[in-house]
Amino acid sequence: MEGSVILLDFWPSSYGMRVRIALAEKGITYESKEENLGEKSPLLLEMNPVHKMIPVLIHNGKPICESHNILQYIDEVWHDKSPLLPSDPYERSQARFWADYVENKIYKIGKRVWKVKGEEQEAMKNEFIECLKRLEEELGEKPYFGGETLGFVDVVLVPITSWFYTFETFGNFSIEAECPKLISWVKRCLEIESISKSLPDPLKIYGFAKQLLFGVE
Amino acid sequence: MSQVRLLGARHSPYVQRAKWALNLKGVEYEYLEQDLLKKGPVLVQCNPIYKRVPVLIHGGKFIAESFIIVEYLDETWETSPLLPRDPYQRAMARFWAKFAEEKFADVMRQVVISDGENQEKEVKNAKEALEILEGELKGNKFFGGENVGFVDIIFGSFISVCLDVMEEVGCVKVFDSQKFPSLAKWNEDFLEIPAIKETLPEREHMVRYFSRSRRFNLAMVAKKKRGKLLDV
Repeated sequence: MEGSVILLDFWPSSYGMRVRIALAEKGITYESKEENLGEKSPLLLEMNPVHKMIPVLIHNGKPICESHNILQYIDEVWHDKSPLLPSDPYERSQARFWADYVENKIYKIGKRVWKVKGEEQEAMKNEFIECLKRLEEELGEKPYFGGETLGFVDVVLVPITSWFYTFETFGNFSIEAECPKLISWVKRCLEIESISKSLPDPLKIYGFAKQLLFGVE
Repeated sequence: MSQVRLLGARHSPYVQRAKWALNLKGVEYEYLEQDLLKKGPVLVQCNPIYKRVPVLIHGGKFIAESFIIVEYLDETWETSPLLPRDPYQRAMARFWAKFAEEKFADVMRQVVISDGENQEKEVKNAKEALEILEGELKGNKFFGGENVGFVDIIFGSFISVCLDVMEEVGCVKVFDSQKFPSLAKWNEDFLEIPAIKETLPEREHMVRYFSRSRRFNLAMVAKKKRGKLLDV
């Protein structure tokens, strides 16, 4: 069933982390190839000619691009273990809705909140926190967004939490103070091996971010 | 099967996607026009996060966002499948639908509300996306193969339905049937399908909507520029 599985990745990428988690959850053996985004490999350019971005999953020589797509593909092919999406169409639609919300709000704001300054940053921080609070409401009393076990939304959201230390330090705010329930969810997720092994140390991410913004340390 | 309702707006290409999916699958539904300038309690209750259309109501449950509605319909009604069965082909369909959305539809919305150099840049981006989509059709009748599929619905909601209105309102030309002969043929074939052509929005509503959008956005840009001048 497995065939050859290769992941084109970049270690600080939250999008790449999603795929690492899914592959680990499903117990899939794969080869990871680290890309240098300043000098993209011929393989990446061949496998994702449209966007030239990671992550790309190459399964038996065929590329699948875009992290949400890759997660759904993995879930559909390796459907016998740790399902990420529910089987009921309505529940699936809700999982996709919240995964989209995470993408359009949390990731979109997160990408910029640590790079901007002044009034713009204040406004972004407020919106970021509001959106995280909305997610806390959606989580409710469940241990995970997927219910009793990890689901699609958990896998889509959790990687960006490795960037929280960076956002908080650059933005001078505390996410835990504003969203304690969400941080409890993060800690619960990090007890799961497929997640703790797939997420880099937040301090390492911070070092990478500083290098990105300010040049060589 | 429980009753199906669709909350929509006459001008919206996003609502169009849901209508086409319902029609292609032969699902009967009640259409409820929403006033997006004065959003009613029904819309706010059904889509509290975004307060926008389309929203599908099925068996008392609400499903929002056009991509998600179309996939839900495909998973609930098996007639006329819109996504392939094979996981790899499904991944490809989802990829190209997202491409059509982000690189063409979203870009065209920017084309409509911008002018000058900004607009020129967006027109260039839109044309590049069309070139890529022209290539992706690969001699097939539709992106879905012999039959209409997910990508056709997503792409068609902009190119077949409101592109010429957007070009008129934005005072630009984006689509050239000589440059994109495969897409031009695709468009003809797409609009021949009964389930597609029997529910097309009225042009005047789209002209009104996009004109208002353009006026509003250009005024906001001018206001910001004036504000910056006063700051000096």
